[in-house]
Amino acid sequence: MSNYYESEDLKKFGDIGQHAKKLADDFFRYYGAVTGSDGALTKREKALIALAVSHAQKCPYCIDAYTTQCLETGSNPEQMMEAVHVAAVMQAGITLVHSVQMQNHLKKMVL
Amino acid sequence: MSAVLPIRVFQEKSKFDFEAQLRRNGIDLPPLSIDTLQVNVTKLCNQVCRHCHVDASPQRREMLSPGGIAKCLEILERHPQIARLDITGGAPELHPGFDAFVEKAVALGKHVMVRHNLTVQLDGNPQTRESKEYLPQFFARNRIEVISSLPYYQEYFTDAQRGSGVFKKSVEAMRRLNALGYGVEGSGLALNLVYNPVGPYLPAAQAGLEADYKRELKEKFGLAFNSLYTITNMPINRFKLHLNKTGQLESYMEKLLSAFNPAAAEGVMCRSLISVGHDGRIYDCDFNQMLEMDAADAKGKRLSIFDFDFERAIRRSIRFGDHCLGCTAGAGSSCGGATA
Repeated sequence: MSNYYESEDLKKFGDIGQHAKKLADDFFRYYGAVTGSDGALTKREKALIALAVSHAQKCPYCIDAYTTQCLETGSNPEQMMEAVHVAAVMQAGITLVHSVQMQNHLKKMVL
Repeated sequence: MSAVLPIRVFQEKSKFDFEAQLRRNGIDLPPLSIDTLQVNVTKLCNQVCRHCHVDASPQRREMLSPGGIAKCLEILERHPQIARLDITGGAPELHPGFDAFVEKAVALGKHVMVRHNLTVQLDGNPQTRESKEYLPQFFARNRIEVISSLPYYQEYFTDAQRGSGVFKKSVEAMRRLNALGYGVEGSGLALNLVYNPVGPYLPAAQAGLEADYKRELKEKFGLAFNSLYTITNMPINRFKLHLNKTGQLESYMEKLLSAFNPAAAEGVMCRSLISVGHDGRIYDCDFNQMLEMDAADAKGKRLSIFDFDFERAIRRSIRFGDHCLGCTAGAGSSCGGATA
């Protein structure tokens, strides 16, 4: 193993139960309950949200997993790309909205 | 080649052993009925789809003989319990005896389904250049159920799987069918579409996808159809080659195995149909046909239309292979869509 983020490692997600089985079991139960079926949101909508979060959090495992999940819940590439743009624009907006703080402080600093 | 098969062919057991999976789940799958005769009349096709389990193409020349067609009609006539004829290929309309086969089966009172790829209406016969533009009228006159592959309601996925330009031609072909009442509620002319994933993943839920197709095709193109059938890609032939080339075969098989659904297994189509090849040999399904896994009776003798015996066929043991995991994954898969 010479690199971080080997794609084969995605299969080992279940191994997080080593040394902390109950916590992992609780997590996977929660994970399944949230993502595994239609609720107030459809599985497809949840998969698109997860795909956007995967990009915002820059997780290659999640990007692979949720690209597949989006396809398996019937999304098309346009919908998936738009979800990524939502993540991107949120990150840009979050950065830009902090400029209000800069402006506030700037006003204090300038005579 | 011997006409007698060993009842159990020795195979090195893989971790994707379907029969072991059935045993683990306590499932036995004997034939239940033979209500459909599915006949693959030719491997000739005007398209070269990337997922095609038949490896069909414009270069193929396999055709069911006139004698074979006559035998199929004789079997249909002799067996009222076989109520449905499902004609497939290739593009079955490219068989020179297709029209007469359809008309005679209809005259016998059978429900006839044609696996029609839509584009053959516009492309015609790639070998003879014969036009096939008459097909919508021919289908309507004989009140044939038309079942057509359209892997998505958008061009990108459709052309990726079926070739450049296929989506636009499919839309035009659907327009011509709709104009005659196909897919239009109340007409009694059924146009059903088939969805295949465009790669190594499972189909989305059939009902939701059908609603998407209906909305999008209506809004964007003014098209109508009756039902959508979701079908999983089988890890055989051309699609398997692609999986091997791209290093995805193992992970796809793992996906199918991990999604094994006992309810889908109970509903596999091989329990209620038999599949006939271009040489008259009989198989449990079109996939087994392409793998040349002949159906055999209880004594191991191959089944054929040329000495067809209903009792021998219904008492056969269905032959399974790793590829059968494709029919039992998730919501299941058959020529009529999801099974669970």
